[in-house]
Amino acid sequence: MSMTFTEEQDEFRESVRRFLEQKSSSADVRRLMETDEGYDPAVWQQMAGQLGLQGLALAEEYGGSGYGFIEQIAVLEEMGRALLCAPYFSTVVLAGTALVQSGDDAAKRDLLPGIADGSTIATLAWVENPAEWGTGSLSTTAKRSGDGYTIDGSKTLVLDGHTASLILVVAQADGGPSLFASGASASGLTRRKLETLDMTRKVAALEFAGTPARLIADEGAAAGILERTLRLAVVALAAEQVGAAQKCLDMSVEYAKLRVQFGRPIGSFQAIKHKCADMLLEVESARSAAYYAAWAAAGGSDELPLVASLAKVCCSDALASAATENIQIHGGIGFTWEHDAHLYYRRAKSAEQFLGSPFEHRDLLAQRLLAGEGVSP
Amino acid sequence: MTATGESAPTTGEAVRSQVRAFLDENFDRDISLRTWLERVADSGWASPQWPAQWFGKGLPADLAAVAFDEFRKAKAPGPPAGLGRMLAAPTIIAHGTDEQKQRFVRRILTGADAWCQLFSEPGAGSDLASLQTRAEPDGDECVVNGQKVWTSGAHGADLGMLLARTDVGVPKHRGLTCFAFEMDQPGVEVRPLKQMTGDAQFAEVFFTGARVPAANVIGDLNGGWRVAMTTLMNERAGLGAGSGLGFPISAPAGRRIQQQLEQPVGEFLASGMSTTIAAASAGAMVGGNMQLLLLLAKARGRDGDGNVRQQIARLYTLSQLNRWNGLRAREAAQAGQRAGAAASVGKLMASHIARQWRETAMTIAGGDGMLAGPDGPLGGGVARQSLFAPAPSIYGGSDQVQRNIIGERVLGLPKDPDIFRDVPFRDLTAGTQPKPAS
Repeated sequence: MSMTFTEEQDEFRESVRRFLEQKSSSADVRRLMETDEGYDPAVWQQMAGQLGLQGLALAEEYGGSGYGFIEQIAVLEEMGRALLCAPYFSTVVLAGTALVQSGDDAAKRDLLPGIADGSTIATLAWVENPAEWGTGSLSTTAKRSGDGYTIDGSKTLVLDGHTASLILVVAQADGGPSLFASGASASGLTRRKLETLDMTRKVAALEFAGTPARLIADEGAAAGILERTLRLAVVALAAEQVGAAQKCLDMSVEYAKLRVQFGRPIGSFQAIKHKCADMLLEVESARSAAYYAAWAAAGGSDELPLVASLAKVCCSDALASAATENIQIHGGIGFTWEHDAHLYYRRAKSAEQFLGSPFEHRDLLAQRLLAGEGVSP
Repeated sequence: MTATGESAPTTGEAVRSQVRAFLDENFDRDISLRTWLERVADSGWASPQWPAQWFGKGLPADLAAVAFDEFRKAKAPGPPAGLGRMLAAPTIIAHGTDEQKQRFVRRILTGADAWCQLFSEPGAGSDLASLQTRAEPDGDECVVNGQKVWTSGAHGADLGMLLARTDVGVPKHRGLTCFAFEMDQPGVEVRPLKQMTGDAQFAEVFFTGARVPAANVIGDLNGGWRVAMTTLMNERAGLGAGSGLGFPISAPAGRRIQQQLEQPVGEFLASGMSTTIAAASAGAMVGGNMQLLLLLAKARGRDGDGNVRQQIARLYTLSQLNRWNGLRAREAAQAGQRAGAAASVGKLMASHIARQWRETAMTIAGGDGMLAGPDGPLGGGVARQSLFAPAPSIYGGSDQVQRNIIGERVLGLPKDPDIFRDVPFRDLTAGTQPKPAS
């Protein structure tokens, strides 16, 4: 399997990087992370209008540009690098993917164009128990009511749940776990923004009390949709982590060349130099894993479940250690509010837990290996 | 030199069909191993990644790997896999005279000569340039006195890549010379070196008035450091991420096994003497070991244990990352990008993998990890590998040296200031040894 981006893909990545350097500078990130909404609507519109980022991987019939998962990965890596404050992961990676994976043509026709043109902020609300990322202990219910359904229950860790205009929610119907779509102004919906460790990623808790909703796909289809969606979301998150980890390495190396102590740049001391070398080893390895998983996802490979977990493990570990070492290499200035090191550290520790910790994914990985996957005899 | 009329293939399919045509025409289990190796050497397929005018095809590594795959399918033995092909030949091709390339390289590929590497000394490990073995001119020869250590394959070697000091009056990097050194002579004593595992895979080599012709200088007199850098770079790459340069079956080499080269190829293959390298890459070799540990975990009913599963996943993750790093580096090299950190990254990963294999195996073994030999798990394999685990982070350039290389050459961090840079070697203290009399 190849893991090389085409020249065209590289150019596209470069244009995204330039856009983010202008629109998501450290000052922009700091301004937006202090707001409740957590994003700049004008930039969000430019992302959709100028660069087509929201509809990048959506088919042209839904207003997208018909690119694939590889371009998506390159974009997410750049967004991770810039710590972009925007409801992109919720709208595109979670809700957009869930709609595509639902196979519900009418819902795709109705809902995807709004995502592609930037007019819809969407999210996926499925977590009830923060210790579990699947649908095992689902207690939110959906009852038939006239032509539609009503939802009762509560969800937590809903990315951008307080700003989303379209909420995809997983609830227990007669036919089993099912996917529903609800609007922000639907009756009986209460949304509460939660305080987050990573201030660049907003999260809300949602309460549904007789909230009207539309069934997406068939009753009982949510477990499969969710499994496929989260598998791709894990790889997308891994790419974001690689971008952020590379930025930490770049910051560390730059500072190690500038900062002089004992009459020498601190990067000339092996204590610092070797930390940087180890960061490079981890970041490059994480990149290999994220790319390998991305190409497996793009090619619909059987390996995807195994390599998605592997990518989540090592990209989480790489970002966590790069963000931690970045603070250490910067010393006192790295522990201040004014320095950006803590923003990456916050992202690292939060993303490490999101969609399953490295501990959980290593266990999943081992289960698959012990079942005979992934090892050639 | 190669005598193929064909132009170099540029696609995997073209490589496949050319190798198949060569094998169809030349591979015969009834000819002697020597004749077969000569045919392979002269075809350019023995080391297709080498330059076309020097026994290769000038192919990138991924296309070379296709050739090795065709040899595997045909169960055809490749050239000897030792240090001659891995280190001596690429060094001589890069720095030797045309006469030296003719003289030495073909004999490496045909199994006529086995080589060892005479670099490390008791007083010169990571600081290789501080080595003390002397080579002093005497007519058109040099007289060699001193000691080398950690020499693999010294016992059966015909020649050694010798790095020795030819000028003590200049700073340490500028007074070294590289020689192709004949091992079979008075004044050379090879002693096995028992290592911490209890085995003796390496040797110490002592030189007392040994001789080497000036015509065997590789590169320039006192220009040995540059030559050694080429050797060390090949060593890093060979020991680290799967270089993909391996034949699955390799012939033996050297004067001690010359009679074996006379046997028919078919007999050699049946004899079990053929060195079967389980896989071309270190990653794949660990993959094989992985399977062993999964079976061990199941056999011992440890596969449901959370700690065991964490360790299994850690080992698998490292070995896959090593493979994929190697794959990305080869693709980058093919696209003309600088390989950068690849060799050092692979070398560091190999150290991590060796340690993680030990931790995983020991976690599965539990109390039986206290046992070795036939009483121990995997017939002593867990004990053996656990004892070997400290080696990869030392040999071929320690982990600390690799981190310096990454820090300085890839990330561009400033070097440690070397306050002895301009001091003549004779005024330095080296290793834990007394200064040589000068």
